[in-house]
Amino acid sequence: MRYLPKSDAERAAMLREIGASSIDDLFAIIPEEYRLQRDLEIPRQMGESEIVDHFKAAAAKNANGYASFLGAGVYRHYRPVLIDTIVQRGEFLTSYTPYQAEITQGTLQAIFEFQTMISELTGMDIANASMYDGSTACPEAVMMAMRVTGRDGVVVARTVHPEYRQVMHTYAQHREKESGLKAQEVGYGAEGTSQAGRVDLAALEAAVTDQTACVLVQSPNFFGVIEDVPAIAEIAHKKGALLVVAIAEAVSLGIVKPPAEADIVIMEAQSFGVAPSYGGPFCGVIAAKEKYVRQMPGRLVGQTTDRQGRRGFVLTLSTREQHIRREKATSNICTNQALVALMATVFMTVYGKEGVRELALQNLAKADYAAKILGAQGTLLFGRSPRFNEFVLQTEETPEALNARLLEQKIIGGVALKKWYPELGNATLWCATELTSKEQVDRAAGVLAATAVGAEAR
Amino acid sequence: MPTQADDKFVGTTRKVTQHLTQNEGLSFEKSAPGKRAYRLAPLDVPEVDPSALLGEARRSQSAELPELSEIEIIRHFTRLSTWNYAIDLGMYPLGSCTMKYNPRVNEFVSRLEGIAEAHPYQPENLSQGSLGILRLLQTCLLEITGMDAITLQPAAGAHGEFTGILLARAYHEAKGNARKNVIIPDSAHGTNPATAAICGYEVVNFKSNANGGVDVEALARAVNEETAALMLTNPSTIGVFENEIHRIAEILHAKGALLYMDGANMNALCGKTRPGDFGVDVMHLNLHKTFSTPHGGGGPGSGPVACREHLEPFLPIPVVEEGQDGQLRLNYDRPQSVGRVRAFYGNFGMFVRALAYILANGPDGLRQTTEDAVLNANYIRKKLEDLYELPYNTPSMHEVVFSDRRQLRNGVRTGDIAKRLIDYGFHPYTVSFPLIVPGALMIEPTESESREELDLFVDAMRQIAREVEENPQVVLDAPHSTRVSRLDETTAARKPVLRWKEQGIANSE
Amino acid sequence: MGKESANEMAYPTNYRYTREHEWIDVSGKTGTVGITDHAQDSLGDIVFVELPKVGDKVEKGKVFGSVESVKAVSDLYSPATGTVTSINEELTASPEKINADAHAAWIMKIELNDPGEVDSLLKAEDYEKYVKEETGH
Repeated sequence: MRYLPKSDAERAAMLREIGASSIDDLFAIIPEEYRLQRDLEIPRQMGESEIVDHFKAAAAKNANGYASFLGAGVYRHYRPVLIDTIVQRGEFLTSYTPYQAEITQGTLQAIFEFQTMISELTGMDIANASMYDGSTACPEAVMMAMRVTGRDGVVVARTVHPEYRQVMHTYAQHREKESGLKAQEVGYGAEGTSQAGRVDLAALEAAVTDQTACVLVQSPNFFGVIEDVPAIAEIAHKKGALLVVAIAEAVSLGIVKPPAEADIVIMEAQSFGVAPSYGGPFCGVIAAKEKYVRQMPGRLVGQTTDRQGRRGFVLTLSTREQHIRREKATSNICTNQALVALMATVFMTVYGKEGVRELALQNLAKADYAAKILGAQGTLLFGRSPRFNEFVLQTEETPEALNARLLEQKIIGGVALKKWYPELGNATLWCATELTSKEQVDRAAGVLAATAVGAEAR
Repeated sequence: MPTQADDKFVGTTRKVTQHLTQNEGLSFEKSAPGKRAYRLAPLDVPEVDPSALLGEARRSQSAELPELSEIEIIRHFTRLSTWNYAIDLGMYPLGSCTMKYNPRVNEFVSRLEGIAEAHPYQPENLSQGSLGILRLLQTCLLEITGMDAITLQPAAGAHGEFTGILLARAYHEAKGNARKNVIIPDSAHGTNPATAAICGYEVVNFKSNANGGVDVEALARAVNEETAALMLTNPSTIGVFENEIHRIAEILHAKGALLYMDGANMNALCGKTRPGDFGVDVMHLNLHKTFSTPHGGGGPGSGPVACREHLEPFLPIPVVEEGQDGQLRLNYDRPQSVGRVRAFYGNFGMFVRALAYILANGPDGLRQTTEDAVLNANYIRKKLEDLYELPYNTPSMHEVVFSDRRQLRNGVRTGDIAKRLIDYGFHPYTVSFPLIVPGALMIEPTESESREELDLFVDAMRQIAREVEENPQVVLDAPHSTRVSRLDETTAARKPVLRWKEQGIANSE
Repeated sequence: MGKESANEMAYPTNYRYTREHEWIDVSGKTGTVGITDHAQDSLGDIVFVELPKVGDKVEKGKVFGSVESVKAVSDLYSPATGTVTSINEELTASPEKINADAHAAWIMKIELNDPGEVDSLLKAEDYEKYVKEETGH
């Protein structure tokens, strides 16, 4: 087998040196009744070209050559070629967690640069790349807020990504019974109101008590609308609760004001150069104000000096981690997302200070155009609230019917919102990024317009 | 490198020689306003005024990201990469990490456009390729583990443990008593007790017996109707197979408790035996260990959880199912599910890689892989047991654990030997774990090591042992040959500096 | 690493000691609490001390804070029951004071509910013996 660097002669020689008569001697400790006497029933060994063919066939059965308006937590952005060039270097790809700092300064310095850039973008003091993704960062941030405040109540906005909230619920459910974590949801302003598509501030005020550990919101939220973070912060802080802001579309930070009033920011950095890849692996980030550093889960890289006074980097504050605190750990996370974080680091470095702004501006422009053009063919919800690169369209036609017609034109339309927000009726969530072309938007508008004609004809 | 100035023995490295590496500062230190590495395509839609659209929400001050040209960026990261050790350079003897070769075809196929660009919300009929990959991987992993059902959703081993214990909890709750505690051997990896605690269980620490395994009689006394599960790593963290595992399973099952297996050490079992056959109820796998997905400097991983039939109803949603028409779909209608443990379906990119690995091996390849892994560990054991102390004389499987007891006589500890190993061109083995072995040296070569590489490792360890006897200072001061020497971790923890700041502005703290 | 083995540092005879390596110095109704030299030596360079808050109620044998080194963290168990009246804020900026002189670097002072409670704790010579036995393994 081509990954195994031994000849049969070498195996035999090694067995002799060990004093074993055959390899079976080394497995004799397994009780005989449990030793497999047959081959595993899995596909036979394939040559490299066969493996490539297998996956090419799989790729062909996915959407190819479609215009896509999907967002909803996973975003299509251009990935500079440099990312894969760098990330596929064996010294990065096949390196281990940097516990031995002397021989992993490459990884450590790259993470330090990541931490710096994320801090700059989010307005926080410290950041790490240790959450699996944006969704799992939510319960981690909430648990962090509970540790800091000693309280057990959580108020969550309904405008936070539904799957993020589902994950929170999974983590919370058993804790509810034993430690009393209580999670409460707060709704959003209806269409036509001053807080349309944003957290209902009055409802929030009523929900936050002196038992609330934190308020969790997302901005831009699941509808693409930018929340009134300063107002939300005031409500939370008044009662001594922390504010946790989740960011699902990292590119927004190029043009949208960062949530500097937050205590903790969690982010999904997938937009920074990580392919959608059917949902993972992504890059969950947690960032916070400096005073919370010792309550932060996950790995942190710190700058220090060696015995000769040279600058170097090390993993630090690791006593919070599982391998030391065991049952007292702040979380059980072990693996972090180093390689994906490296992709994001390269992305942020390539675009740089001006590029992230320009990129965000292009997204804003594309989505604004799409919202106007497509909105003319339906109802643009929350139209007067500030938004980034996503918007909600309401149509007479059901999303199923609409999307079926769009698919005929090789267009994947917005995500249907009914299963999470039934009150919005026939609503779909659309995203336009710098990769969306005017032609694609116009073509989609044409399909939407065809309803009006069709409806009349029926 | 230290010289033999005073006639004391200093070993001769065979795997490495001195080499120049480039110096490189932080990206911010090379930044200058106006340098560019990107160029966007021009807008084909009207420009917008962000202040008009965003109002107060408009960012007033740009983030201070670096401004560099493309060549500076390529040089920056290329230089940094040369400061890293990696599997592509040589062996990692890290115990319980299974640092095996990361096949490159895995990288290639995961980047195929239809696979890499698939959005998790795209219509199911346009995702049959991705769903097919999920399904085939699940089928293979079920066959490998001997279990009945599986979820690929957890993002890493610890996440898988969390999911597995959640399943156990849901199972017990459905029977009317969630139960109170989880038994964990003192040899376990730290994620085990951390997981149990996060799931709301009390941890009952269980002392290993004189052979580093589970004391079955003591277990029988400890298990009762408040025991939810025993979390067991098999082979144990000292590399020994729990050969009474079926009795362990019986004891647990008799009291309605479950056997959870930490699958970190599957590299000793794959193709030779199956956990589902010897009584395991639920287990997790580490795709970034046994199934070759790359460590990438610390992640991402993937931690699928496999279980027996009685736990199947509680699996996270969604579950991949095949319809009458042969189409694959995602089923969310699972009333007893524990819910989601993450958004979407899991670290899909790692599924592609793991499946490619399985297909490249086939049944004979996987079996041979496991045999070579165990052969390599035993070879190292044989070649070093005269110089390093073996705390347990039970047979090793895919990893061997020594202790530093003999070297301690000269004031040298496992951590020092590990640092000296760096000078010989190797990454250190796992230091000071498992906790039940004081001064542990935990060595897992994996099947990816040739006889040449193993012999170089053995040679290095033997020379270091001699240095410990004749010239301990050269070991205590190691490493001597790296770009940086031992780093001040104390100050890093007392006064953390966690980001770069422009000169003239005080660094944090 | 911290100082040399415990044998070189005498254990103040007016202190009492717990098996978890805390010491308590009782004066009237006030108990001053710290960790022993053996404890700081085992931990190594101390990087952070998690102090209780003034006003906190502490219970004999229960956790009241923790002490961290680079590689290990130790919970601190209260030697007696009472209320925290003051904490040594110096340790926040300079946790290394414990390494320098563990028996002088106090962590908290408590108002004792029952000063007699400490009578059951180890005397200096018994603690020294206990440490010798523990480290002998």
